[in-house]
Parts: sequence; structure tokens; C-alpha cells
Amino acid sequence: MSALAALARLRAVREGRAQRLTTVRHCHVSDRPMVFVPFQLAGEAAAPLAAMVGTDPGSPRLLVVPQPRDRDLRFAFAAELAEVVLPYVEGFGKVTETVERRNADPYERCLDAPQLVLPNRQGVAFTGLLGRSTRFRRPDGPFPVHPSVPVLGRWLTFFAERASYPGSSLTLAATDALAMHWASGQSDLEDANLAALMGWIDPPPGRTGLQAAEEAEDPLLWPPAGPATDPGFDNEVLAPAIEAYAEAPTAAAVERIRQAVRSQAEPAWRLTWRALELLRALPAGGSVAQRWDYDRGAFTDFLTRTAEGAPPQARRDGAVSAAARLARMERARASFDAQRAYDDPLVMAEYRLTGEAFAGNVVATEPEHTEGEGRSRKLRPLVTVATADPVRLAPGTTLGTPDRRGQEAEVVEVEGGTVTIKITKGMGRGKTPAPGAVPEVGERVCYTSVTDDFQAAAALPEPEMTPWTHGGPPPEYVPTDEDAGEEWS
Amino acid sequence: MKDRLDALRGPVPPLAHDARAIAALAANPGCARRAVLDAAGVDKELTARHVGFPAPFGRSRFAITRGDAFEAQVKESGCAELLRLLREVLHLPIPEVAYHDVSDVGAHLRHSHTRRLIDRAARDDGDAGTFYDHPLFALEIAGHTSYLEPDVIAFRLGGRFHVVEIKSFPVIDGQADPVKVAAAARQAAVYVLALRELLRELGHDPMRASHEVVLVCPENFANKPVAALLDVRRELAVLRRQLARMARVEDLVASLPEELTFDLARDASGIPTRPAAELADALGAVAARYAPECMSACDLCFFCRDEARACGSTDLLGRHVRDQLGGVATVSEALALAEGAREPADGQDEIARLLRYAGELRAECLEGLELEGAR
Repeated sequence: MSALAALARLRAVREGRAQRLTTVRHCHVSDRPMVFVPFQLAGEAAAPLAAMVGTDPGSPRLLVVPQPRDRDLRFAFAAELAEVVLPYVEGFGKVTETVERRNADPYERCLDAPQLVLPNRQGVAFTGLLGRSTRFRRPDGPFPVHPSVPVLGRWLTFFAERASYPGSSLTLAATDALAMHWASGQSDLEDANLAALMGWIDPPPGRTGLQAAEEAEDPLLWPPAGPATDPGFDNEVLAPAIEAYAEAPTAAAVERIRQAVRSQAEPAWRLTWRALELLRALPAGGSVAQRWDYDRGAFTDFLTRTAEGAPPQARRDGAVSAAARLARMERARASFDAQRAYDDPLVMAEYRLTGEAFAGNVVATEPEHTEGEGRSRKLRPLVTVATADPVRLAPGTTLGTPDRRGQEAEVVEVEGGTVTIKITKGMGRGKTPAPGAVPEVGERVCYTSVTDDFQAAAALPEPEMTPWTHGGPPPEYVPTDEDAGEEWS
Repeated sequence: MKDRLDALRGPVPPLAHDARAIAALAANPGCARRAVLDAAGVDKELTARHVGFPAPFGRSRFAITRGDAFEAQVKESGCAELLRLLREVLHLPIPEVAYHDVSDVGAHLRHSHTRRLIDRAARDDGDAGTFYDHPLFALEIAGHTSYLEPDVIAFRLGGRFHVVEIKSFPVIDGQADPVKVAAAARQAAVYVLALRELLRELGHDPMRASHEVVLVCPENFANKPVAALLDVRRELAVLRRQLARMARVEDLVASLPEELTFDLARDASGIPTRPAAELADALGAVAARYAPECMSACDLCFFCRDEARACGSTDLLGRHVRDQLGGVATVSEALALAEGAREPADGQDEIARLLRYAGELRAECLEGLELEGAR
């Protein structure tokens, strides 16, 4: 946490209301997201109890497993969930665009992609577990399930994996998305409670954030947003209802469980939609669309592979795919951090505070400064900036700037309150700079050592060339009856 | 000293600590309130409820049922399932093992029976494996003895004892929730420590209790158990340090007012009659060190959080924020430094400069947004 964010939390305490951490929104919010509020039975590894799911805040679909320990009912639940999720997801595959690439064949990309929104991070983890327990099933063989179940499993796994990919918006956890944009007056542990965090950001009229957050901790007023249920609810409401169903599995018994679970799911359902509304109201940052393009690419890719009958995602990555995934995520993290700073002066301010960026007015320029002689003579304009920021940049450091994104510069000298830089890239071949290419005296500029440079993908061997130090080539996945019949209890 | 602690607790027997409570002692070692209450064996759960801040730790029936069922399954028919697992993780060559259910002798004799069995086993040089189910260990905490009733089994092989801890959280594709594994390791360390103390008392080498404990959990989504070895040396060191600190609780107690007591003044039917405000004042006499992490470990967490709110402490915002603030104690002080309304005290120059600049940067960047209000 930065000093800037710490200060925002202090202010939130005093004002009784959450404070902005950003000036713009850094995640994509779909026009047609799907909200998914899952619940699990306490004590079990991944026994679904219920889920509220849908794309219309006014008409959620409530799916319930009246006896969560019954394997057949679980698969019926999975098939029902697939009925809601798969048409939504696969619907985005119908409209595509052709993307032209330099030095490569053009490819088709879906015009839009699905967005799965969960109340919190634990919901995302549970989505991953549901995916893990269903993706290896098979519609034929000794333990047949509905054909949609393994497909659902792959998609849930896909969504859960994308959630940990920095900058991706295919899966959002409402608490995380909110906490990225607002500082509450409580600790980050308490921010994991969606109702409490929303209380700080959007308190009901006449209440302070603190009062709203205190109310949010009462499980009778605000049941937990899943996937864990309130123990009091389990003991007093759910357990007797499940027992009644076990004695006589009638429609009335099912309805009793449905009513019980609905009371727990509805508040979280409404809060998650409200969270999306708040996020949508923020103006999108400049790079949000570009990141969503990558998301659409990742979605299209997975859609195609699934249609072509690729095997389900492995239980664990092999050595090469794990290294590749880690490298991809590291690059995505660096890129996401840089893009947010470039899109948002308040995020950039964190780097200014630590001396990795500075902003100020141009006090002197030498636009026609050159380096080298004859044919290798190059235009290297010098710009001197007066700044109050505590600059900690060594001469020679490469800099970028949000104002002229194609340019690159280099620190020449830092002295007192001024920094002299040299523009080293993006000046063209001319003898004089193009108009506007070099900042004018009096212009306000910002430079930072945080850059979103293209980094080549890590050089890794093909999986079949995995060295023995890393376990040798991983065995090829062959679906087995054992996988398909794995116990789920 | 013992009298003083008894006076703090009032005329009720001290609350026995279970392994979970002992493990939690190490969670917030800087908290004097917790150290004193635990040393005196005060019932913190009841105390918190009586002052109007009941602890948020409910347990679901479903979780309890599942946990019990899994444990029963692992121990079924003389721990047959467990033996299969131990053959794998400890590479046991043995065909069969003996099984002692210590609870056969009745609750009041369990501890002495455990002692006798362990003593006999430690003297015996034979190589046969033996399970000890339902042993009862004792551990001295700040002057009085707590009895630990593990759901664990001490397992002896080749002169070494291993603690077996059975948990019902799943290991999925070889991975388990790291938070839960860490909690299990802390708890198992308490048993290892108690077992070592026992061996020491009996005149045996305490190191015969292995620092490698066997963790047994359900595998994937099934009820089939799987075992793994956990090294708990780190947890043991933390625990030992914390228990040594608690033994020095005298210093803390000596500085407290003579007449201080946390007595709940229970009536004949055990219902507390002490005025809640008076009890709250008594609690306030011992300094707490609240941190949001307390909410997963201490019964008094809501009481201490409320107290921290009342004095506007920066502890409320979590350790990350507190670290950033360089130890500035209250929200208003930090804001006054940020806004230049207060001269920095000695050693606060740096943090004051940082906060002031952070405030200026926020003002500069949010200028355009102010029109829209705080959000």
C-alpha cells in the first residue's frame, strides 16, 4: 500500500465515506455481464448448495441442490447451471471481426466477450473448484453425465484462471474491482465483505460509511455474499430444511430450501449489480479498451479450441506451461501497472511520491539539439522541467510520458528542482522536430521510468523437450474412466 | 503470582486452553490484554458476550458433522486406513501395528494412562509400530496446566513418535488452502511440544518426538484420505518463545491496579451479574494491541476494535497502512500532519513530509473531480 492510498483511507475515516483512489475506471464493465452468486455447503470441498445467476438484475435464476450430499442432484445442478451459462457464453461467438496483423495472417476475433461477475474473490475460487470437479466428466462410459456438464467445467475453469490474470476483465470479483477504485475507512481484510465495502462507498441516505459497514456485519441484515453461508443460518434454518427434505422429498420441502437460500443470495445479488453500476459510472481509462481486446482474443481462442475438441485443462501445469504462464502473468502485471499510471494522474502520483516519476512545467528547451555527426546525426531535443517532486532517477534512465506515448526519453541531469531530459525516440528523421513533438516552455509535462515496453515472450522449450531436471516431458493427457467417475462427495 | 492471577479471574476454575487457543496465543504476541487474560485463564468468549461484543466465530453443523465423520473414517478398525497412508509417507515396512485407545480407561485417568503408555513405549526398543488414540497431553501455561485433547494420534515407530493431525479440508490436485495448512501446523506444533515435555519429564530424550507431523486430509472431492508430512520446526520456535513470554506475565500484572479483576460475578446458575460497563472499564485497564487479523483469532476482537475506533487509532486500517504511517498513532494526528495543521514531533519529520506531499498530489489530481463530489 502506498502513502497515497493510506492517506485516502485516513480521509475516508474522517469523512465517513470511501475516497477515490483513481480518477478513471481501470476495468472493463460489459454492457451485458453475467452475475454469478454461488453458495457451497459448509465443510465440504466443493458441494454446491445454490447459485443465483443471470444477466438481468430483475430476474435472476435461482438454482438449488436440496440435498447437497447427493451426487446425482449435484450433477443436475451443474447441468442446470450449464443451461444458463453456456448459451450466454457461446452467444458471443456468433459475431466476429477480422483482425489484420503485420507479418502474420489475419484472424477472426469475437466482437464482444462474456463477463462473469462474482461478489468476491472466494466466489472466484469456488468457481474454479466447480470447474475442476466437472470438467473431466464424460457424457458416455460408465459414469455418464449430461453432455453440457464437462463443457461447463471447462468454461468455469477458464473464468477462474482469467481472474488471476492482471488486467483481464473477463472475470470480476466485485470486492476487488471496487477496492481498486475506492479506499474505505476500514482495513483491507474487512473490505473482503462486499456489503461492508459497499456501505463505505455507497451508504444509504443519512448513514455514514461506518454505520453502514457496521450494519453489514450483522448476518441477519446482510447475509454473507457466499460462497460460505452464515453458520447461524446453517444451524437454524438450512439444516432443518434439508432434514425435512431428506425425510420427505416433496415439492414443498424443495420450496422451503429455495426460500431459505433465496434470502441469503438476494442481498449479494443486488449488491453485485449495484457495484457494477458504480463502476460503470466512472469514465473508462485510456487503455481499458485495449486490454478488453486481449480479453476478447483470449476468449475467442478458448472458444475455438473447445469447439475443436481440445482436452480439458490439465489438473496441474507441466513445467513448460507453468513457466510460460508465470512469464505471461508477470508481463501482464508490469503492463497493467504502467497502463494504469499512464491513464490516471492519481495512479501516476504514487510513482511521483516514490521518485519514479515527476511532473512539472517546462522551463527551457533545446528542440534542435542533435547528437552524432554526418549521416548518423540524430535529433535529440533537450527539455528542462522544474518540479517539486522528490525525483530519484539516475542519469541515463529511460523515461516515458503519458502525453506523448510514442516517445522515449532519457534522464540527462537532475539538479535541485529541475530535471533535464533528452528525447531519444519518436522524433522522426527530420532535421527539425515536427510541430508539437517537443513540449513548449510553460507546458505541463510528466515523465516516468515506469514503461510498458514490449517484452519478448520467454524462450522456453516445447513441452515434449522438457529437460529431465524438470521432470521430463509431461505425459499426454488421456481421458480415463477414473477421471470421469471421480468421486464428488 | 498465582493468587494474583486467580484474583483477576474471580472464583471460577481457569479456562482450559485447547490446542487451537494455545496456537492462537502466538497470533498477536504484542497484545498485553490477551496475554494477561489468557494467563489468568479468563473465559474471553463469555467476557466478550457480557460486555456486548460477542465474538463472530460460529461453526456450522455441516462442517462439524463432516469433520467428525472424516476423522471416524480414518480411525476405523484400529486405524487401518491411517496405516495404509503412513506406509506411503513414512515408507513403513511393517505389516501391522498395535493400537491403544487411551480413552478406554475413562476421562479422569487418561493423562496418567497416556504417560504410562508413552513411558513404556520409550523404554521398549522394539521396532513395532503403535498407535495411541485419544491421548491426553498436559502443557504448563503461565503457571497452570492445560490439558490437550487432540483429535490426533501419537504414532511410534523405531523409537520416534510422530503426531498425526486429521483435518477435513481438502487437498485438491496436491494443493491445499495455505491458510488452513498453516493453522494445522501451528496446532500440531502444540501437541509436539506437549509430547516433548512429557518425554523430558519421564527422563527420555525429548527429541524423540519428531518435528515432522503427519497431516491427513481428504483428497480432491472424495472422502478418501491422503497424508503428507509437515515440518513444524518454525511453529515450535514461535510457540516456545510465546510461552516463555507468558511465563513473564508477572511484569505485566505487577503494573496493573491492585483491585483490578475480570470476575464476571456469576450467580448460582452461572449467569454473569457484573455490570457490563464496569467489566469494560476493567478490560480497558490493560492495553490491547488491536489489528484486523484479531478478527480471525481472538474472542475480544469486536470489543478491541470498538475501543480502537473510539480513540481513532490507525491500527483499525490494518498493518499495511500503519507501516506506511511510520507509527503515527491516531487518524486525526496523521491527518493533521498531512494538512500541516500540526508540527511534526521528533522523528516525525520524514512521515510528515511524505503525508503532506501525498495530500498535495491528491488535491492536484482530484481537482477536476471535486465537482462530482467525493465519488
